[in-house]
Amino acid sequence: MVTDTQEDPSDAIFLSAGDTALVIQYGETVDPEVNRRVRMLTAALAESAPEGIVDLVPTMRSLMIHYDPLVLSRARLVEVVRPLLEARPDLNQTTRRWRIPVCYEGECAPDLEAVAEATGLSPEEVVRQHCGVDQEVFMMGFLPGFPYLGLLPEIFDLPRRLEPRVKVPPRSISVAARQTTIYTVDSPGGWHLIGRTPVDFYNPARAEPILVAAGDRVRFEPVPLDEYHATRRAVEAGSYEIRCDQ
Amino acid sequence: MNLTVQDFGRPRHQHLGVPVSGVLDPTALRLANALVGNPGGTEALEIRMMGPTLEVEAGSVRVALTGTRAPLEVLGEETIALPAHQSVSLTRGQRFRVGALPDGATAILAVEGGFALPQIYGSRSTYGRAGIGGFQGRALAEGDAIPLRLEEAPSRGEVRLDDGYLDERGPFRVILGPQRDFFTEAAITTFLSNAYTVTREADRMGMRLDGPVLTHARGYNIVSDGIVTGAVQVPGNGLPIVLLADHQTTGGYPKLGAVISADIPRLGRLRPGDEIRFEEVTVEAAEAAIRAREAELRRLIDVMIPAGAWLDEAALYRENLISGIVRETDLAS
Repeated sequence: MVTDTQEDPSDAIFLSAGDTALVIQYGETVDPEVNRRVRMLTAALAESAPEGIVDLVPTMRSLMIHYDPLVLSRARLVEVVRPLLEARPDLNQTTRRWRIPVCYEGECAPDLEAVAEATGLSPEEVVRQHCGVDQEVFMMGFLPGFPYLGLLPEIFDLPRRLEPRVKVPPRSISVAARQTTIYTVDSPGGWHLIGRTPVDFYNPARAEPILVAAGDRVRFEPVPLDEYHATRRAVEAGSYEIRCDQ
Repeated sequence: MNLTVQDFGRPRHQHLGVPVSGVLDPTALRLANALVGNPGGTEALEIRMMGPTLEVEAGSVRVALTGTRAPLEVLGEETIALPAHQSVSLTRGQRFRVGALPDGATAILAVEGGFALPQIYGSRSTYGRAGIGGFQGRALAEGDAIPLRLEEAPSRGEVRLDDGYLDERGPFRVILGPQRDFFTEAAITTFLSNAYTVTREADRMGMRLDGPVLTHARGYNIVSDGIVTGAVQVPGNGLPIVLLADHQTTGGYPKLGAVISADIPRLGRLRPGDEIRFEEVTVEAAEAAIRAREAELRRLIDVMIPAGAWLDEAALYRENLISGIVRETDLAS
């Protein structure tokens, strides 16, 4: 008999999301180590690929396993997952590292001044800190191709804007809660816009419309406004090659 | 008019933030496709609230309407009302329509062979918010020409099937969680013992319900986690929202429970003003229910019975008139 919540030696809790998804929850906070555990279980399950699993959706602190109850029962799925909780696959093997140009100037960065003020740093220093580290894609969600990246230095532990924008332009780079997100289609948004990239993180015309996935790393590289425009023209002409270290 | 191309959606790409989309009523899609001789998950037209008027621009088509008891009306000098849940063959130039749905929020119009449209992430379902899939990533509008895969519908007898599934009643079965602990025990009791009403704020992403407020025990924000179709999320105002096919893949509101997969088709047919009650069941009971639903669908399809071809009696009558008397439209063709 499978019960709704069970304590497990590895601290993972099993929860139900209807009869078509099982949630393995490692925590309830934004913590890169917890996210790493989630992504390890995701990788281990992806490799064993039991029949009946439809999709694996890692989030900051839990993995949602979508499955077909006509093919795979909850009891059987739990049996499959349990031994994998201890798996520690090498995540670096399959991840990609993207190098993404971002313009942090003028109309590309409407909230940069406000963020600088809130943090007590100069806008240049805010940009330096944003570009200074590789950021990991913790999860995808909210919109098609929309990544949550981090973890940023403590100064970026900002709340959302008091008034969300009704419409955030696509390819906007935004920050809040020590994370970066990238808007892929027109959308309302409450995070702080500190830059814009000429690269499409979502392009329906591309063979692979969505660029990144959970576990990828991204390094943002600052470019001046004229280079942003030139690169954008190249992207639209199909002549720009997105830089990726495997 | 609210019309989109939908199939069973793209459930394998949620990890990229892509919603599943697909039909609100999977039963209706299975049955409509069976009636026209398609594989069960072939894309079809999903009608919401009010149906379209369509003109046949292929040599011939075979169509079927399900999910409703609204008639399929063939237009001409006289309008001929054909019943739903029956395959119908039509020829070039014929116009037909489905009007306002009298009995539910959604219906399916399937055509034999489906549509010659590209797949995006393995599906022809439409996700309008991001312009993905279907017909140019959007709802269909007047003047749109939807390409078909078949130029002629194969000649064979028509079939019909039982529409009794539309009469299913009773509470919607839910499994509690994953944020059951974000609600007081009193809130859970309230949720399971009161009727809620579907408000006008209902679309393919979800339905806002009206009714007794549900009290949170630990606040109403969670670190975003995954979401299933049928999930019941409760934001700060304490009123539940039941999530449907176009729901976002992750979200930050607590979810009290989720409607089981066997009850999703009936959920999709709910309209503003409809009453909804919930009943808690176990995972095992939900699994038995989906197996039973699957067996019932197979049985309904197995026992499809021959239906007579419809007769355009008015056209027959006209063709028998003596020469020299023509219809206005004959001059145009």
